[in-house]
Amino acid sequence: MPDFQGYGWLLLDGLVLTLGVAIASMLGALALGLLAALGKLFAPRAGKVLIEVYTTFVRGVPELVLLLLIYYGLPTLVQNTAAKAGYDLSLSINPFVAGIGTLTVIYAAFACEVFRAAYLALPPGQREAAYALGLNPVITFRKVELPQMMRYALPGLGNVWMVLVKATALISIIQLPELMRNADIAARSTRQPFTFFFAACLLYLAITAISMLGQARLERWAARGTTEARS
Amino acid sequence: MKTSFASALSGAITALTFAFSAVAQDLPDALVIGTEGAYPPFNFTESDGNVAGFEIDLGNAMCAHIKVECTWVTQDWDGIIPGLQAKKYDAIIASLYITDERRKVISFSDKYYNVPSRFVVATDSTLDISADGLSGAIVGTQRATSFERYLTAEMPDVEVRLYGTMDEAYLDLASGRVDAVLGDVVALQDGFLGTPEGAGFELRGPEFTNPEYFGYGAGVAVRQDDQAIADAFSEAIKALRDNGTYQEISQKWFGLDVYGS
Amino acid sequence: MDFILANLPRFLEGAWMTIQLALFSCSCGLLMALPIALARLSRKRLLSSAATGYVFFFRGTPLLAQIFLIYYGSGQFRHELGALGLWTFFRDPWFCALLSLTLNTAAYSSEILRGAIQAIPKGEIEAAKALGLNRYLLLRLVILPRAIRIGWPAYTNEVVYQIQATSLVSIITIMDITGVARTVGARDFTFFEAFGLAALLYLILVYGFIFLAGRIEKRLGAHLIRPAAVNKPKLAGNIR
Repeated sequence: MPDFQGYGWLLLDGLVLTLGVAIASMLGALALGLLAALGKLFAPRAGKVLIEVYTTFVRGVPELVLLLLIYYGLPTLVQNTAAKAGYDLSLSINPFVAGIGTLTVIYAAFACEVFRAAYLALPPGQREAAYALGLNPVITFRKVELPQMMRYALPGLGNVWMVLVKATALISIIQLPELMRNADIAARSTRQPFTFFFAACLLYLAITAISMLGQARLERWAARGTTEARS
Repeated sequence: MKTSFASALSGAITALTFAFSAVAQDLPDALVIGTEGAYPPFNFTESDGNVAGFEIDLGNAMCAHIKVECTWVTQDWDGIIPGLQAKKYDAIIASLYITDERRKVISFSDKYYNVPSRFVVATDSTLDISADGLSGAIVGTQRATSFERYLTAEMPDVEVRLYGTMDEAYLDLASGRVDAVLGDVVALQDGFLGTPEGAGFELRGPEFTNPEYFGYGAGVAVRQDDQAIADAFSEAIKALRDNGTYQEISQKWFGLDVYGS
Repeated sequence: MDFILANLPRFLEGAWMTIQLALFSCSCGLLMALPIALARLSRKRLLSSAATGYVFFFRGTPLLAQIFLIYYGSGQFRHELGALGLWTFFRDPWFCALLSLTLNTAAYSSEILRGAIQAIPKGEIEAAKALGLNRYLLLRLVILPRAIRIGWPAYTNEVVYQIQATSLVSIITIMDITGVARTVGARDFTFFEAFGLAALLYLILVYGFIFLAGRIEKRLGAHLIRPAAVNKPKLAGNIR
């Protein structure tokens, strides 16, 4: 058993926080992403453009830079502009909020694209048939399109989840005591970086493995009745 | 005689009034102090997540003296001053050197320690510590510190590697990725040379104390509006030095007095 | 603004660093991705398990952890690596960065390739086999071209991700765009300007690439193909 020198519990604490942040951000991203996708598909031109700008920006800038921009940049921006206007305003964003907020905003953009592609992959006949039956757009979406969309969206969303879980590691940069940060503290204090970073990797793998099993189950359930190529 | 007595008395009354007003000026009951938590032995994070170190002990002693309840939070070095300005905490006790540059944006108390800076290299390294001797060498140090400023300004031929914390610089020095590290002698001694990884390394070259880069020692930093808090800390430092508590804490951590000149 | 004028040269140097990192890691990663993808699809248990394990590790752990593991972790084994003569490589942060990025993108690219190969309509493979094509020709003439067309949009995403992932190497002292931004921002607390400029540069790089990729996609005729992550059911009488 490698010698964790008492820092083992720190890793587990970090793991719990990592999961908390990941789940909170994923829920936010799904909600925001679905809204954004609907907006992109059905909103008037102005709305579409706005959402396009949002997804364009957020998908084009690295998560680390966005995180640092929000965590360091926003407070200094607010303070400097307020100071110029003569006000003494200060904005303090704590790492937890900055982390979840950034992740939600970033991955909502990705989820939006997944939802949109899934929607576009639906046979248009489905929608037409629903309308022919007299169902209004809202019910059509909820009962006919969304369930079918999920089949196409699941791989993409599963991917978003996996990427998001790993992106939580970036929040270590702004000192949130999640898994990566605690591994870093332990590594530096004990001068055993390989031991602790590898242990952290194994913990991430555990999360991934469980997620992958879950995703495979969901995908199999959603894709029942289809075939795939094998070389 | 009468005049001088009267003037002495009025002087004393004025002084007392000022003293009272300084105390009466709102010192909050509780202060949040920001520190880095990654700069042993001055401040570091223990396995239970709490901060400890010379500065934590000194800070707690100062707070006890000025009768304020202090809590500690950690902040990474890059954001330590912006965090103060954003009111994440009310003071910084994190080996922040008092420099004229920093005085433009924040206020400081009087210094509570002053140690010179030096390079640490491998014992068997042939490097000569000078702007020419280090030309082409790889020197590591922490980003956004006086050390970085010194290196970039005074030693332009050096390849500077910047790290988020000194610990990371030590790791790379120990593994040979950098040829030297610039830091303050006490942190280098206790944070690196005294550890098993530091065997085979030594301090080399002159001590650097130019105030232009290294300032006038480390002080408690506060927002520019909070000079009163800074003064309270200055007064506390003086008192702790007078009653020996400072020397006790210093001996405990370093075996010597780091107050410096 | 003055900030931009004063610091643009440094940022542009950082941008060049970013481009080099992305270019090298993507090309090496793609070269590695094909054998890994084929190994994963292979019927030989040893090959497919090894490939699956590799992909699992590098997709299942954060890139940041991989970078730290390789960079700081190798420092812990300095002597062992020195004995093997590898220390000169691991000593250089540039090498460690490239290695981490390449291993990472190889894993993701192989998955994209694998997904694309599996999305090829079974009938095409069967027809090719019926025509007597051997494994190599099958791969070259049928599978790869089709897989590239199918997988191109997803691979574009991967390259975009790589361009952004390079920002992490700033943490191991490399002065890419993010490294420059952090250093410059910390000097005078011009964080918003520094990271704002960094964001702008990344946007230019990313969308410049996406534009080029779109051109390539048109040439491949890939816009005719739906995002085919999962095969669609064949509805009777469905004309698409």
